[in-house]
Amino acid sequence: MSTLHTVNKSSYERDSLEACVRLAAKGGSVLLIEDGVYSAMSGGDKASVIENAKADLNFYVLGPDMKARGISEDRLIDGVKVVDYKGFVELTVENDKVSAWL
Amino acid sequence: MSDAKKFMYINRKAPYGTIYAWESLEVVLIGAAFEQDVSLAFVDDGVYQLMKNQDTTEVGIKNFSPTYSALGDYDINKIYVEKESLEARGLTLDDLQHLVWEDEDDDWAEKDSIRVVTSAELAEIFEQQDVVLSF
Repeated sequence: MSTLHTVNKSSYERDSLEACVRLAAKGGSVLLIEDGVYSAMSGGDKASVIENAKADLNFYVLGPDMKARGISEDRLIDGVKVVDYKGFVELTVENDKVSAWL
Repeated sequence: MSDAKKFMYINRKAPYGTIYAWESLEVVLIGAAFEQDVSLAFVDDGVYQLMKNQDTTEVGIKNFSPTYSALGDYDINKIYVEKESLEARGLTLDDLQHLVWEDEDDDWAEKDSIRVVTSAELAEIFEQQDVVLSF
C-alpha cells in the first residue's frame, strides 16, 4: 500500500506539512500544492522539515502553483521534483489512496 | 488634507491561496482615492505577495502582482517589509518587486517605496497610526 499526501498550506503559517511528515509511512509521496509550495524553497527556517524527511519520503511540488507564486526551480530544496497537472494525475493513479493535509 | 488620517494596512497572508491579499489591495486603492495617508506593512507570509516573476497563466487565476507597482501613482509610497519575516523564509529584498514612486517635491525623482524594517521599528510605526486594518 502506498499513499500520496497532498499539503496545500505554507509551513510558515500552519503545521500541516509537519503533521503530514510525522504521520506519513516511509516510502510515501508528498505533493506540495497551492500555498504548500512555499515549503519547498531552500534557505528558510522551515526547509529543515523536508531536509529531515526526504530520505524516507518522496517530495513533489506542483509547477503551475510554484510559477504563480514567483518561485523558480533553482530555489527548490535538492531532491524535490517538479510535476505538472499530468504528473499530479499520474501520482494519484500510482498510489493506492490520496490523503489531503489541510 | 488636514483631516487625513494615517491608515495602516497589515498584510499577513500569501497571495492566491486565500482571497485576503487581493481584498487588501482593493481596499488600499479605495482608501487612496479618499486621499488618506496610507501605509502598507507586509509581515509573515504577507511578504510573499511582493515576490517577483509571478506567473499565474497555468493556474487560471488573475495575476494581481503588477498592481503593487501602480501604488506609487496613488501616492502610496510607504511600504514596510518586516526584515525578520523575509529572513525566516530565506528571502532578501532582491526576491521582491522593485517598487518606486516619483517625488513631485524633488523634481519627480524616482524613489524606492519598499523599506525593510525590523519588528521593533514596525511596532513603532504601528503606534503612530490612526487606523489599522488587518488582512
